[in-house]
Amino acid sequence: MSRAQLLRRLLLTIPTLFGVALIVFILLRVVPGDPIAMMLPPGAGEEDIARLRALYGLDRPILEQFLVWLGDAIGGDFGNSISLRQDVLSLVFSRLPATLELAFVAVVLAILLGTSMALVGVYGARRLPEWIVDAVNGVLLAIPDFLWGLVFILAVVVLGWGLPISGRIDPRLDIDWATQFWILESIVRLDVDTLGVLLRHILLPAIALALPLAAIITRVLKASLMEAMAQDYVQMARLKGLSRGRIIVREALRNAAIPTVTLTGVQLTFLVGGTVLIERIFAYQGIGNMAIDAVINRDLPLIQGLILTFAVLFIVINLAVDLTYAALNPRLRRG
Amino acid sequence: MTAVLDIRGLHLAIGGRHRPTPILRGVDLTIGVGEVHGLVGESGAGKSMVGRALLGILPGAAVIEEGRIDFLGRDMIRLSERERRRLLGREISLIPQDPMTALNPVRRIGAQVADVLRLHLGLNDRAAWTRVVELLDEVHIREPERVARRYPHELSGGMRQRVLIATAFACEPKLIVADEPTTALDVTVQRQILRLIREMQANHGTAILFITHDLGVVAKICGTISVIHGGRILEHGSTEAIFKRPTHPYTSALFAATPRYDRPGDQLRPVPATLLAELAREARALDEGRRPGAAGR
Amino acid sequence: MAEPVAAALPDDGATGSVRALLGNPRVVFGGAIVLLLVTVALLADVLAPADPLAQDLLYSYLPPFWLEGAEPGYWLGTDSLGRDILSRLIHAARVALVVAVIAATATALIGTTLGLLAGFYGRWVDTVVSRLIDIWMAFPPVLLSIVLVAVLGAGLHSVIIAIAVIDWTRFARVVRAEVMVQREQDYVASAVVIGLGRWRTLTGEILPNVLPLLITLFTLEMGIAIIVEAILSFVGLSMASDFPTWGGMIAEGRQVIHQAWWLMAFPIAVLIVVVIALNMLGDGLRQVLDPVLRR
Repeated sequence: MSRAQLLRRLLLTIPTLFGVALIVFILLRVVPGDPIAMMLPPGAGEEDIARLRALYGLDRPILEQFLVWLGDAIGGDFGNSISLRQDVLSLVFSRLPATLELAFVAVVLAILLGTSMALVGVYGARRLPEWIVDAVNGVLLAIPDFLWGLVFILAVVVLGWGLPISGRIDPRLDIDWATQFWILESIVRLDVDTLGVLLRHILLPAIALALPLAAIITRVLKASLMEAMAQDYVQMARLKGLSRGRIIVREALRNAAIPTVTLTGVQLTFLVGGTVLIERIFAYQGIGNMAIDAVINRDLPLIQGLILTFAVLFIVINLAVDLTYAALNPRLRRG
Repeated sequence: MTAVLDIRGLHLAIGGRHRPTPILRGVDLTIGVGEVHGLVGESGAGKSMVGRALLGILPGAAVIEEGRIDFLGRDMIRLSERERRRLLGREISLIPQDPMTALNPVRRIGAQVADVLRLHLGLNDRAAWTRVVELLDEVHIREPERVARRYPHELSGGMRQRVLIATAFACEPKLIVADEPTTALDVTVQRQILRLIREMQANHGTAILFITHDLGVVAKICGTISVIHGGRILEHGSTEAIFKRPTHPYTSALFAATPRYDRPGDQLRPVPATLLAELAREARALDEGRRPGAAGR
Repeated sequence: MAEPVAAALPDDGATGSVRALLGNPRVVFGGAIVLLLVTVALLADVLAPADPLAQDLLYSYLPPFWLEGAEPGYWLGTDSLGRDILSRLIHAARVALVVAVIAATATALIGTTLGLLAGFYGRWVDTVVSRLIDIWMAFPPVLLSIVLVAVLGAGLHSVIIAIAVIDWTRFARVVRAEVMVQREQDYVASAVVIGLGRWRTLTGEILPNVLPLLITLFTLEMGIAIIVEAILSFVGLSMASDFPTWGGMIAEGRQVIHQAWWLMAFPIAVLIVVVIALNMLGDGLRQVLDPVLRR
């Protein structure tokens, strides 16, 4: 992708973000529950309520509120959380790394699982392995991530699986590190013990998130592989004496990866969206969990900031997918 | 002269369980060491099927009903998968018809040529690279080091065919199947490629099974030919002899239907319908004889 | 005349397509379960052994019939308030089904209309709709639905509105693409030549050809609606009241998972079966209708 195209893409995201912000802003102002009233002890006087409302600027007309918010936002100030009494930006940044790590591990797992299943399905095409893969995949495609999360919790409690189902880390451990990217930092610090605990905690939520994405990868990659295997260059490879396995991996896979990246790219955003519920179910302290609390508490500035954060993440993911596609396809490299 | 390839009584049919359509009806064909043998016929005559049967890449619905394909003393039809893989690319290779689709678009040229060198000759990366550059040079590709790093879509059709020719000769095979290697190319490029194949063949002494419908091509490169129609070999022998005096009426008809460079004023005559009908009748009789009730087409 | 539609169906018309549908194992299997679901939902009052709202604290946390401590009549056990789980599951099916059908219909209507308009009229209509779709797809769906329902107030109507408002893009994108393909077909050109107005062409010619696609999407959307309802009731934002929903039962079960795991297990199992069945049905429909459509 040329620099000009990249720039254009980035510029186009601005109106999208603007639209998102505006819609959310208006939506939240229609809210029936009164956050201010919820903050004060019952029996608080009208004056107190009015004063607090003025403090948060909620007594101004909507358009004015939005412009004020917009002006502040461009300057980096996203307001203060009503329920948590801290500024929104630092709150988001404190929890964002947890969600990013969760999403990353989930994506890696999904790619590994999906690719393996697709390869097995193609290697054993028209025989038992393919049928098994198709059947398993049918189930995986149907069940959403949050059901997997609940099933895993059941399995741990009822069947006695030995994995933790709550939190990001053992509550007895106390981490006071430089960043909130705990997994990354534990690797850098070569702290194997902490890394182990972190991975054990992230495993079940990550798998729950990964399974639906893996199913889609399997379906698309398998279809693309089959199509690649029907091409002339694969027949030429056979005529060179290469074995079936090597042909699938060396000749077909790289070709099949290209359409797979495009078609599964959108699913990545669903995975990130899924963190909201999965984090809740597993009590994992990321931005998803925080978002649900924010909604329950009618914390307008925080909700706003979090939705925008997700929107930015989605845009970044889409961009990354497009760049990956361009990198994989030699025809697009030199332009 | 010992035969490199000896096909005897090859019967091949395609399609349905109950009444498969006969494609090859008792094909006999022999190629000696270093011999360039043309398999000439119209489209649908079955010539491509001979090549595919030999290489083991028949379409799924095709069935070999009878016959042997002896290559270097081994029957290719009854070969195990592993043994076949050991031969393919090393002792026998293919120059394909369509250079545009025969190369993997996401792999570099050099890597694709190096496949057979690494697999069959066991060359390591460095040795393979050197050899690849030598091969590309041998097929007269300019700046072979740069081309080896390129991707197929950056090369013209003619250059891609040169690459495929280089790959075919890479392991010094005993036999190369050239399946209409010039048909998909521009006319000007066709001549160059033909010349190249002739040159490579002369240098390496490889036997070639040259499958084509073009008598002009046959005249330029093939020492011996077999004429095929309706899955039967109607005539075979030295190119010179047959060109001078064809013995089978079909061969004569074929010549009459071919435009000649040196006699442009000649009237072209299509193969007479009566002749075709006669040949079809003979074919059907053969089918009946083998399997009563299985009327051929 | 809508010739392409008639030609798209097998020669023996209606019976032919029914035969094709019944011949597909996914349609049969998935359809059977969905049919079962509908029957259970409709006959809930008759089928349920007990009143789903009836509490009996003496009989709380009874295990399912195959475990020790079970009581006869409470097949799947009882919850914290002594309510029969099987009856609650059955009545919750009603909620799920109602939400599924209404929400899917609403989503389909909004999405299809916008998709048709964008695909057929093109130019600025398309630009506007496409931009809308882009913005919409930048929202995290689960979070947005939670926000919407929180804003609109808990209740089934909010759930349905939330689903339709958030997921219409699913229909719109597909319909828009399909319409753009259809627009180039010959029969559209001939319809325009004959003088059918653009709107007539759209509804009379193109829409019937898009119909099979819509049916498949509808089945898919029903599955999504059921899931979203379950999510929202899990988070506590669906129906107020103790009227049972699968999601609500799961949420309750989550609280007491260590004492009575079955409270959570059964609604999860039911959800899984229903969702798989709907997916299977949709997949089978697509298999049957797709070759017919694309010939």
